Amino acid sequence: MADGAASVVESTGQQKWGPGIVETLGIAALVAFAGYAALFIAPTERTMGVIQRIFYFHVPSAWTGFVAFFINLIGSIAFLRTRNLKWDRLAVASAEIGVAFFTVVLVTGPIWARPVWGIWWTWDARLTSSFVLWLLYVCYLLLRTLVDETERRAVVSAVFGIFAAFDIPLVYFSIWLFRTQHPQPVIGQGGSLDSRMLNVLLLCWMALLGVMVLLLRQRVRLETLRHSVEQLRTESARDAGAE
Amino acid sequence: MALLRPTTILLKKELRSEFRTRELLTTTWVFVVTVLVLFSFTFEPTQVESRRFGPGLLWLALLFAGSLMLHPSFAREQVNDTLAALRMAPIDPVAIIASKILANLCFLLVAEVFLLPIFAALYNLSLLPILPQLLLVMLLGTLALATVGTVFSAISSHARMRELLLPLLLLPLLAPALIASTEATRGLLEDPPGLPLEWTGVLLSFDIVFLTVTWLFGEYLLEE
Repeated sequence: MADGAASVVESTGQQKWGPGIVETLGIAALVAFAGYAALFIAPTERTMGVIQRIFYFHVPSAWTGFVAFFINLIGSIAFLRTRNLKWDRLAVASAEIGVAFFTVVLVTGPIWARPVWGIWWTWDARLTSSFVLWLLYVCYLLLRTLVDETERRAVVSAVFGIFAAFDIPLVYFSIWLFRTQHPQPVIGQGGSLDSRMLNVLLLCWMALLGVMVLLLRQRVRLETLRHSVEQLRTESARDAGAE
Repeated sequence: MALLRPTTILLKKELRSEFRTRELLTTTWVFVVTVLVLFSFTFEPTQVESRRFGPGLLWLALLFAGSLMLHPSFAREQVNDTLAALRMAPIDPVAIIASKILANLCFLLVAEVFLLPIFAALYNLSLLPILPQLLLVMLLGTLALATVGTVFSAISSHARMRELLLPLLLLPLLAPALIASTEATRGLLEDPPGLPLEWTGVLLSFDIVFLTVTWLFGEYLLEE
């Protein structure tokens, strides 16, 4: 039995999934440079002043969150098609990370809104949609905690994940349509972005995408280890029962 | 067309078991009426205000009712493990889900037909002149609720705390359908009444998207 246990641990793909030290340092350097660029290189916005710099954290977080939810959709469909649990682990990791990034969006939004608009929250189309989206994936994670059997949990959460992903465009469109038909405080006038601002924004996005990849790999590795621990436990329980 | 025959047979079975007891219909009806009465304590349901808030209240009450009442749809198959028997039948598993969606759609629509006169009386609205358009909106909105609700009742039937889980899964996902059906109904209650095409379109696309997703992925939920 000891050989079997060793082989399970061996095959969990610790080397395959866990991020290496070089990558981690590289992404840390990228994040540091992006932070420096957002604070010192990007020009100060004329009307909002320094507070507008939260934009370089707020907007890329939302974009990264969308990427994470898209990975969740891919993981969910791939799991249902292949029945390989590695896709389920990718789905849960990406949903958690997407929720984390959208939490950042929902926290930095009010911090930005308070000094600029004078209010913490406004039922603006994008804010409301992000809130609904966050709720959807929080429910996805909640669902996972309430189903005990591994295979069953993977199936039901994959189907829910697919439903949630197809709901995203409908949520955004309907709330946008709703908000444009109803009077609301006018916020965020259009206008083009300064090219330096755009470059810094994209740089920040790259940095956060790097963070996302790191987190994703770490989280998948954790889930893989957890799965093999579970397997070992049922095996040892079965052996104990046999004796 | 191989789908049609098993679906109708299963639909008959669903309808027969419901109309023997009428449990779902009566509880849904009483629940929505209770909620509508309780809503009247949160604001003054005068003519003008009721036109503005009425549709939202009606749809919220229906959504809450649906999220509670659709739960037995799959859960009651578990008592005698009758879902296993259905799965063993040589039919497309999509027929099992389709028949349940249609049955739930019927139950909810029947309940709504008995609710509309009460709603009109309580909130002082004249619904008769706009009845055909209103019924279209009710049909599209209820189809959204029935489709997603039936699939999610299959999901939540495997979970702990499933009675609580179903509303949690259902309500955020149905947000677009809630907005669209509320706005479409509101348009009908305005003076002069008009069916807002953009909202009817949103409802229709919601139905099409989730019926397709159910058709593609719903059968995975029926496996053992």
